[in-house]
Amino acid sequence: MTAPMSESTRTIEELTSADYEYGFSTDLETDIAPPGLDESVVRLISSKKDEPEWLLEWRLKAYAAWREMEEPDWAKLEIAPIDYESISYWAAPKQKPVLDSMDDVDPDIREMFDKLGIPLHEQKMLSNVAVDAIVDSVSVTTTFKATLLEAGVIFCSFSEAVKDYPDLVREHLGSVVPVRDNFFAALNSAVFSDGSFCYIPKGVRCPMELSTYFRINSMNTGQFERTLIVAEDDSHVSYLEGCTAPQRDENQLHAAVVELVAKDRAEIKYSTVQNWYPGDENGVGGIYNFVTKRGRAHTDAKISWTQVETGSAITWKYPSVILQGDRSIGEFYSVALSCRRQQADTGTKMIHIGKDTTSTIISKGISAAHGQNTYRGLVKILRSAENARNYTQCDSLLLGKECGAHTIPYIEVKNPTAQVEHEASTSTVGEDQLYYCRQRGMTEEDAMSMIVNGFCREVFNELPMEFAVEAQRLLSISLEGSVG
Amino acid sequence: MLHVNNLTAAIGGKQILNGLNLDVGAGEVHAIMGPNGSGKSTFAHALAGRDGYDITGEVTLDGADLLDMEPEARAAAGVFMGFQYPVEIPGVNNMYFLRTALNSVRRARGETEVGARDFLNVSKKAMDLVEMKEDFLYRSVNAGFSGGEKKRNEILQMAIMEPRLAVLDETDSGLDIDALRIVAGGVNALRSPERSMVVITHYQRLLDYIKPDFVHVLVDGRIVKSGDHTLALHLEANGYADFENDLGDASEQSFAGAQS
Repeated sequence: MTAPMSESTRTIEELTSADYEYGFSTDLETDIAPPGLDESVVRLISSKKDEPEWLLEWRLKAYAAWREMEEPDWAKLEIAPIDYESISYWAAPKQKPVLDSMDDVDPDIREMFDKLGIPLHEQKMLSNVAVDAIVDSVSVTTTFKATLLEAGVIFCSFSEAVKDYPDLVREHLGSVVPVRDNFFAALNSAVFSDGSFCYIPKGVRCPMELSTYFRINSMNTGQFERTLIVAEDDSHVSYLEGCTAPQRDENQLHAAVVELVAKDRAEIKYSTVQNWYPGDENGVGGIYNFVTKRGRAHTDAKISWTQVETGSAITWKYPSVILQGDRSIGEFYSVALSCRRQQADTGTKMIHIGKDTTSTIISKGISAAHGQNTYRGLVKILRSAENARNYTQCDSLLLGKECGAHTIPYIEVKNPTAQVEHEASTSTVGEDQLYYCRQRGMTEEDAMSMIVNGFCREVFNELPMEFAVEAQRLLSISLEGSVG
Repeated sequence: MLHVNNLTAAIGGKQILNGLNLDVGAGEVHAIMGPNGSGKSTFAHALAGRDGYDITGEVTLDGADLLDMEPEARAAAGVFMGFQYPVEIPGVNNMYFLRTALNSVRRARGETEVGARDFLNVSKKAMDLVEMKEDFLYRSVNAGFSGGEKKRNEILQMAIMEPRLAVLDETDSGLDIDALRIVAGGVNALRSPERSMVVITHYQRLLDYIKPDFVHVLVDGRIVKSGDHTLALHLEANGYADFENDLGDASEQSFAGAQS
């Protein structure tokens, strides 16, 4: 016997209409470029950052490519047209030009990060996580830099890397995501303002978790960061990324690029908790999140992407692995939540080139309220990839009657020795599950949170401890509402 | 302790309970038997507070009005329901679920919460009762459990929750004879002067193991006959036909009443 439909729909709507916790904005004095994009803006950004000639050339090449390209429209996303001329492509919080220590960080910025629960004082921090704090695409500080350097690990803002380690940057920039890769990657390549750079030398196991915390603060600005991680032979690094933005009525564009290079026997674990402002329940405001993330795994190397995507009005994101070297391993673990009127089209690409390469894809999509969630994934086994294996599991959970879940797997196999498995399921949080938990004394909210977290268990297990706790909490908050 | 007066329940306009009366004293075990569709499970859900029913009448537990409470408040008041079809919750480990449940009712009652270590001791004792191995605690709630394991898990939960009133809805269905023995053994061990039980069953078989103080026959949404455990034996031999005839007369009367 089930409850009447109206009852269950009401409950789930209440449970999925929580407030966005990070919606405040901070008054920071900001250096901002006038809206619009042409070659002069690209030159302005490059000169603001005092960049070498080769990088300006690289940007201009990307800009020229972008001009010729069109926005991709194959995703299952309904997007109001983006006016690229109304966006400002450069915004940076004004502060002291050189940062020698944490004490030099603008107190307003420090306060903002304190409010977000990310203290930038090293002594107050989680002892084993180094943070690069990025506001409006500009790195404002990086903690534990000195400690890391002792181990030979470079962890700094992208701009610093261009100045201090130009050869490393030049060698790897665009080596995994070329400037012409796609519309948004080309745009990013032309106008990226900052981001994180990380280099792990041969044989080094990075002594702490590295983390970048992205915060959008300014209005009417696009956000274009770039992250580049290079792990030399036999090295190991775990990298975390978190994102929030103020609550605003207009949509803001975020187009980032992340490139990972894992050389022979190296391992990179990249975890994201994305909580950009999702817009309100009527679909007003929210971040448009168009992100290109890709890694190249050389011989016996391993790249593992874990993402928890709870924010953004639009998410367009396919963290991928090019399994180039023999026996290389690619993994993708994803939880994507679409509440309110959020739309997510996300998944991965696993490109098997080397022999005996292995990839694993575990995707958990949760749709609530009017959310639309699409898994889109490509498993491509090239002719050269003898004995490649892939296992894909896509599970969708529906909360309510107005939301949607879609699974679009592409499988291309050119080598007959390949073994490719695909499993998919769609389920709902039943009233019977909620009732069962409530009969055992739990409140409706606790029950919902427990059930949804259980659904995501396999992915949360892949997150570093602190992040797993944060991810569970975030999911609970995103789902919690005003149950009377 | 449990007092049910003139309880009616309807779902989607369909009347299921038609004025049910029942009094259960402290420490008593009452069996409710009846044919399919007579309203046995609806009665259990009406006590536990499932959404979606239109309910009238009066139900009190220790004087407190249950009908006014949400399901979780009833749980805190001491109502436990053993489900006929225990629900699977993938990815949630059984121990975490049990501890959250126990601490939810303790919190609601203003009692201190039980820590992880103490809870392990509590649950080990309860597990012996239903002959379960420890790995049971680390599996997802009911996911991939056999029918017998699910029912044993219900009794395990009852042992941990220590309810004032346990409503066991067809706890015997789907059990082989060994599982039935274990489940019934668990139930018997949990009988206490402080605890009342309402045992809903289709078959007399369960009552060979759990000897009730009273047996009630539920037909067409009301109790048509009450007696001691020998009533169950009578039902086993003769079925429910006699009582259904009785009710036929009753509805004929009300029909006549409506005419006049």
